[in-house]
Amino acid sequence: MKKKLTRWVAVFTALSLAVALGGCAGDKKGNPKDSITIGIPQDIEETLDPHDMVAAGTKEIFFNVFEGLVKPDADGNIVPAVASEIATSEDGLTYTFTIRDNVKFHDGTPVTAEDVKYSISKCADIEGGEPRISALLNVQSVDIVDENHVSVTLKQVDYDFLANIASVSAAIIPEHNDNPAVDAIGTGPYRYVSRTPLENVIFEKNDEYWGDKASIKNVTFKICANSDTIPMEFEGGSIDMMAHLTNAQRVQIPSERFDVMSGTMNLVQALYLNHNVEPFDNADVRKAMCYAIDKDAILAFVSDGEGVKIGSSMYPNFRKYYDDSLADAYPHDTEKAKELLKKAGYENGFTFEITVPSNYTQHVETATVLKEQLAEVGITANIKQVDWDTWLSDTYIGRNYDATVIGVDAAQLTASSLLSRFVSTADNNFTNYNSPAYDKAYDSALTELDPDMQTNEFKVCLQMLSDDAANVYIQDLPEFVALNRNYTGYEFYPVYVIDVAKIKPAN
Amino acid sequence: MIRFLKKHDIKWNIGMGLLVLLALFLLLGFVYHPYTTTQMDASAKLAGPELKHWFGTDNFGRDIYARVQEGLRTSVVIAFFATLIGTVGGTVIGAFTGYYGSYIDDVVMRIMDVLFAIPSILLALVFVSLSNSGMVNIIIALGISVIPSFAKMIRTEYKEQRKLEYVQAAKIMGASDLRIMFVHILPNVLPTLINCVLIAFNNCILAEAGLSYLGIGVQPPTASLGGMISDGQAYLKAAPHYVLFPGIVMMLLLLGFGLISDGDMKTNLLKRK
Repeated sequence: MKKKLTRWVAVFTALSLAVALGGCAGDKKGNPKDSITIGIPQDIEETLDPHDMVAAGTKEIFFNVFEGLVKPDADGNIVPAVASEIATSEDGLTYTFTIRDNVKFHDGTPVTAEDVKYSISKCADIEGGEPRISALLNVQSVDIVDENHVSVTLKQVDYDFLANIASVSAAIIPEHNDNPAVDAIGTGPYRYVSRTPLENVIFEKNDEYWGDKASIKNVTFKICANSDTIPMEFEGGSIDMMAHLTNAQRVQIPSERFDVMSGTMNLVQALYLNHNVEPFDNADVRKAMCYAIDKDAILAFVSDGEGVKIGSSMYPNFRKYYDDSLADAYPHDTEKAKELLKKAGYENGFTFEITVPSNYTQHVETATVLKEQLAEVGITANIKQVDWDTWLSDTYIGRNYDATVIGVDAAQLTASSLLSRFVSTADNNFTNYNSPAYDKAYDSALTELDPDMQTNEFKVCLQMLSDDAANVYIQDLPEFVALNRNYTGYEFYPVYVIDVAKIKPAN
Repeated sequence: MIRFLKKHDIKWNIGMGLLVLLALFLLLGFVYHPYTTTQMDASAKLAGPELKHWFGTDNFGRDIYARVQEGLRTSVVIAFFATLIGTVGGTVIGAFTGYYGSYIDDVVMRIMDVLFAIPSILLALVFVSLSNSGMVNIIIALGISVIPSFAKMIRTEYKEQRKLEYVQAAKIMGASDLRIMFVHILPNVLPTLINCVLIAFNNCILAEAGLSYLGIGVQPPTASLGGMISDGQAYLKAAPHYVLFPGIVMMLLLLGFGLISDGDMKTNLLKRK
């Protein structure tokens, strides 16, 4: 009897082991080339209406589902999407879009002029009210010219108009969709399938896409909220890819199975100085600080030398405006820094406080290195960590700080989204930068009608910020993308998107 | 020596041994300190334990041996002063409420109950975010948060003691209330107080570590054990020594105080019997 029982126990143990191990094997899908699991750091928003999406993390994956009339490409150019051709009137006020012939929504209906009019009007909110993209306040009217032409008339000339509508926030969606917040119907290379809150989001390939079709059929976005366990997710094989990895995560990813690519975050990281606070109102002091810091050393400490040094309010991927000579405008030179401090009357240095949001490790680490480097020229920096909400309300909005380390990004792919904040009267001029010459230069760039001239004038603005040492510009932080070696084709964009359609199985 | 050891419980002896070990480790820092706590070295980032760096280096190439010593010092200093505030505040409140009883007792103890109901780390969190982070503020915040537990224990003791004959005798002799409270009764509640102090000290160390772990405690580059563990967990796989050493030191510190308070309690119980 007892022997029999032992046997049963053995059988039961074997069975449960088989089930448990079988469960593990189940995670690996039959054909790995058909599907991919991509980790994302947070859940997507409640609403799936592209015009209502606010979080960058939601928009970056829905870039694969929704398209505007135009969209950005990996080089930062604006290319036609739902529209095949764009004609601009002589006065620059009217844009006429030709709707591409064979564009179909994910539910199989073709895109009509009515849908385009509906989408642009909804997004620009022409019937009064607050538009989702503030630049679209400038839209006067949207008119249907004929069944495949739609024209948009602006109130004022805006050369950034196309850049402003080249985002998920200005996506073309079907007018007949009664519930856009739940049914995500777009025109992109992938269609939305389902979501499980705090777990995953599932996309499927759109076989009727008008352009280059995607290669991978099923895409699962797995939510990996705990940043410390992400290396384990790679190790265990539960994700094939993840973007926006930090240097700390990168060094722990098994490189024999994953290809780790490095790009930049498209941020302008700087020690931003409050110009209303002494001694930062003194240009010599600011220049001394620029000379005192060693950007190469910061890069080496914070990210093993990855990342790109910058010298003004522009990041390198924005090739149209970026001038890499500015990055070395103030080479590391402690003697010169001391000289400038002496000239400004701060021979014995001074003490100030660096406020830094505690949730951004990279900024805290940069501040820690800055403190050491500034100490070499006699400047004492005390670090004060605050939580993100306090940073937003007291530092950014309240402007109650000495200096802060933060990364500023561009909301749209336009020069003004990085430069408008240094105009003395701007709402978001959190550094209280006040230079009449800059105000004038920026205004002249903004109203310049010739696009090439305008680019040059914006470059002049960037030069002025550097010459004046408006802030201690440091770097565009690196970010890493790890991709399973079974796949290839990931591309970095100058905007915050993950283009899944370009990823294909490796041979 | 043997007699001294025999006088105490085995747990007390082990606990004391651990603390002596940590004290020696701190003292070693005065004799042998090849690196400062903030000296960075890009060529030696996240190096494992070796002869040059006994405990390895962190992500800035700073010496973890030096930083663990600074962290231990920071933690102990904060816990010491916070416990001091708690002891003085709690004893005074407990003595008055327990000795006088009546409505003072009711009102003050209800306030203490309210404070008691809020977890001490939350209380400290609110205080630090309202005022400012920084060592002094953390000490005050933690000090306030441990007052209620002292007050409760001491009050109960005073309530018991004031009925005893020696207190009545002192009263008849004409001793003032204050004298009775702090000269006559206090020595008799000392065993309870010492235990409270040891437990509160441990709680303060943990709470400080928690605050630093959340990033609102001691500000960088000053090291604290909690802050080091928090920074190190991002490198858990690549450089396990980064969290291991501050973790071990904190564990030994907590274990030491825990064992002492345990052993002390046992000795006292035996004595009372």
